[in-house]
Amino acid sequence: MDYITIKNNQRISILDIPVIDFEVLRAQLCASNLRVLSFFGVREGDFVKLYVALGDDEKGEIQLSSALIDKNIKEYDSITAENLQYHMFEREFYEQFGILPKNHPWLKPVRKNLDSYDFFEMEGSSLHQVAVGPIHAGVIEPGHFRFNCQGEKVYNLEIMLGYQHRGVEDLIVKKPSIQLAESVCGDSVIAYAMAYSQIMEELSDTKISTKAKIIRRIALETERIAIHIGDMGAILGDIAYLMGKEVYGVTRTLVINTMLEISGSRFGRGLIDFGGVNFDIDKEMSEKIKDTLNEVKKTVEKMTKASLKSSTVMSRLEKTGVVNQETAQELNLVGMIGRSCGIDLDSRFDFEDEFYKGLEKKPFRATNDAYSRFRIRYKEVMESISYTKHLLRQLDEYKDDSILSQAQKLIPASFALSIVESWRGELVHAALTDENGNLKRYKIKDPSFNNWWGLSMAVRNNGISDFPLCNKGFDLSYCGFDL
Amino acid sequence: MFDTIKMKLLQKKKYIPDIKNAPMRSAFRGLPKLCAENCTNCKGCVDICPTGAISTEPFSIDLSKCTFCGACKRYCEKNAIDFTNFYKLGADAKEKLIVTADTTAESYYENAIEVRKEIYKIFKRSIKFRQVSAGGCNGCEMELNAASNANFDMGRFGIDFVASARHADGIVITGPITKNMAYALEDCYKSTPDPKVVILCGACALSGGVFQESSELNREFLKKYRIDLYIPGCPVHPLTFINAVLDFIRQK
Repeated sequence: MDYITIKNNQRISILDIPVIDFEVLRAQLCASNLRVLSFFGVREGDFVKLYVALGDDEKGEIQLSSALIDKNIKEYDSITAENLQYHMFEREFYEQFGILPKNHPWLKPVRKNLDSYDFFEMEGSSLHQVAVGPIHAGVIEPGHFRFNCQGEKVYNLEIMLGYQHRGVEDLIVKKPSIQLAESVCGDSVIAYAMAYSQIMEELSDTKISTKAKIIRRIALETERIAIHIGDMGAILGDIAYLMGKEVYGVTRTLVINTMLEISGSRFGRGLIDFGGVNFDIDKEMSEKIKDTLNEVKKTVEKMTKASLKSSTVMSRLEKTGVVNQETAQELNLVGMIGRSCGIDLDSRFDFEDEFYKGLEKKPFRATNDAYSRFRIRYKEVMESISYTKHLLRQLDEYKDDSILSQAQKLIPASFALSIVESWRGELVHAALTDENGNLKRYKIKDPSFNNWWGLSMAVRNNGISDFPLCNKGFDLSYCGFDL
Repeated sequence: MFDTIKMKLLQKKKYIPDIKNAPMRSAFRGLPKLCAENCTNCKGCVDICPTGAISTEPFSIDLSKCTFCGACKRYCEKNAIDFTNFYKLGADAKEKLIVTADTTAESYYENAIEVRKEIYKIFKRSIKFRQVSAGGCNGCEMELNAASNANFDMGRFGIDFVASARHADGIVITGPITKNMAYALEDCYKSTPDPKVVILCGACALSGGVFQESSELNREFLKKYRIDLYIPGCPVHPLTFINAVLDFIRQK
C-alpha cells in the first residue's frame, strides 16, 4: 500500500501524504488487516479528498494515505462488504459527502434525524418490539433503542443516535477554543482537551514543558480513576446492590474533589490549555493527591471484595452480555471494552509515550461478560492509582519548569493526528490546516464510535431486564458519537 | 452480608448536614468579582472569552453565557476580574444573571430568586423533575446525578428525578437544544401534567454556551414557554443546583 508512516502527535506537510487512485486505495483497505483509526473526507473544490489513517499497534505507527474522488464519482463498491470495521466510517462518509458505498450491509443515517425511518423488524406472532428513548428513564443523554423480543429475550437491538448532534467539527474549524473541545464530551474533559491541545501544538510547532506533559497525564489518570469508580457504582446500582452504588459514589467524590482543588472544576475544566496547563501541582498538592489516592485505593479494594463475594451480585454479572473475542475483533472494539473482550489494545503503551515507559501492566483474564467489564475497571483503577503516584514522583524532578508556553500560529498546509487513551479507549483527533494557516478540517473519532455496535451484540439472547446492566457496563458516549 | 455491613460501618457519615451553608473549596470558580477601578478598558477579556459573556460598556459578565473557564482572569494582568467560590448562582430571571462591578455575593443572592406564592404553596414539600438532555455534554447530567448521591442527597428535601414526564412536576433542561432533540423536548413538556415548572441548567441551556453559533440548534422552545429558573455553571455544581431549587420552592 502506498502510504506515509507517521508517529502519534507528529506534524507533516499535506504534500507528503501520498494521493493514490481511489479504486486502488479501496482495494488496499479491503485487504489490509490493520485497524482503521480515522476515515474522513475533506471538500476540495469540486473534489472530495478521502484521508485514511490505519494503526499498526505492534510497531506503534500510523499509516496515512489519501485519495482524490472526482465529482463524477457518485458511488463505489463498499469496503464494509469485505472488511466489517469500516461499517460506521462508511456510513458517516456517505452522510457527509453523499458518495454511495454500494452493497453496504446496512446503510442508514448516523446523525441525521429522519421523519420516517423503518427500523429493523422481525416478524412472528410471538414477537414484540420495545421502543426506548430518545429521553431515557435516568438522567443520561438521549438516544433511541429498538428491541425485537420474544417474551423477555432480546433477539436484536437497533441503536439510533444523532440526537446530540451539535455540529462540533464545523464549530471547531470556525472558532477553535479549548473550552469547545472540553465540551464535546463532558465526561472525558481531560482526554478531549489533551487531544485538542496536542493537535494544535503539533500544527503550530509549540513546544511545551515536560512538567506540563506530566500534569496532563496525572489529570488523565485521575479522570480514569474517577469515572471507573463511578461506573462500578452505577453497575452495582443497576442490579440493586445499593451499598456498592453508594460507597463507590462517595469514593468517586473524593477523586473529583481533588480535581476541583487542582483546577477549580470537578471534571478538570480549565486545567489544560493550548501551550501547556493552567494550574500547577506543587509539593503540598502532590502529597494531598497521594493521600487521597491511598484512601481511595483502600475503600475500592474492600468494597470490590465485599461485592464480588456476594452471590446476588455474581449471579447477575457472570455470563451476562457476552461479546466473544472474534466478534469484538471483527467490529474493531477498542479501549476498556475491547480489553474486557480479550483485545489487548492500549494506546498509552501501543503508541510510544515516554511517560508510561516501563510501567507495569498486568495481563487481564477476559471473560467477555458484564463481570469482565466490572473487573477490568477495578484493575484499571488500581493501575491508574500506581501510575499517578509514579507520575507525581517524576513531577518532583521538573518542579522549576514553566507550565504554560506561548501558543504559536498554525503552520499552513499541515496535517497532524493525535491519539489519547481516554477512560473509554482510543480517542483520535485529526486536523488539517489550509494555505493561510487556519484550520480546514477537524475530525474526531470517539471510542464510542467503534463500540456502540458491541453493545448491540452484547444484549442479543439476553433478558431485556439485563439491558441496563449491559448498557452501564459499556457506558458509551452519546455526544462523543453525535458530535 | 457481613462484609456489606462492615462496609457500611467503615463509611461513617458522608452526607453534608447543612446544605445551605456547605463549605466550598477555595479553588472553585463561582460568582465573578469585577473591579472597575482596575479595568483599563483594553477589551482583551472580551476577545478571549469563548462565549462572549463579557461586556465593557458597562463592565459586566453575563452568567448565562459564562463557562467559568477562568480565561479572562488569567488574561487580565490588572486583576480586574476574579472568581469567588460563592456557588448559590440560581436566578429566576435572565437579567439577574448579569454581574457588574457593584455585585457582591450578598446583593446577588438576595435578589436572585423571589419566592412565588403559588410555587411555595404547591411544591414546598416535594418537587419531582424529569430531566431532558437536549444536546448536553454529559457534564451537567453527571452533576445532576451526583446531586442524588450519598454526599448531597437531595432526596431528603423531597427533590428527585423521576423516570417519566407523567410523574413529574417540572422539567430540567441541559444542553443547547439541538434540532434533533427539539421535538422530543416539546413532547416531554406537553406530557408533564400542570402545574409545571421549567428549569434551565448550565451555560449551554441558558444561552447555547460554547455552541451558540452552531447551525444545528433549535431554541424555539425557550421563546414559547415560560422559564422559571436559570441555574448557571459549566457544569452546574450539585450544591448550586440543590440550593437554587430549595430557594425556589421554600422561603429563604
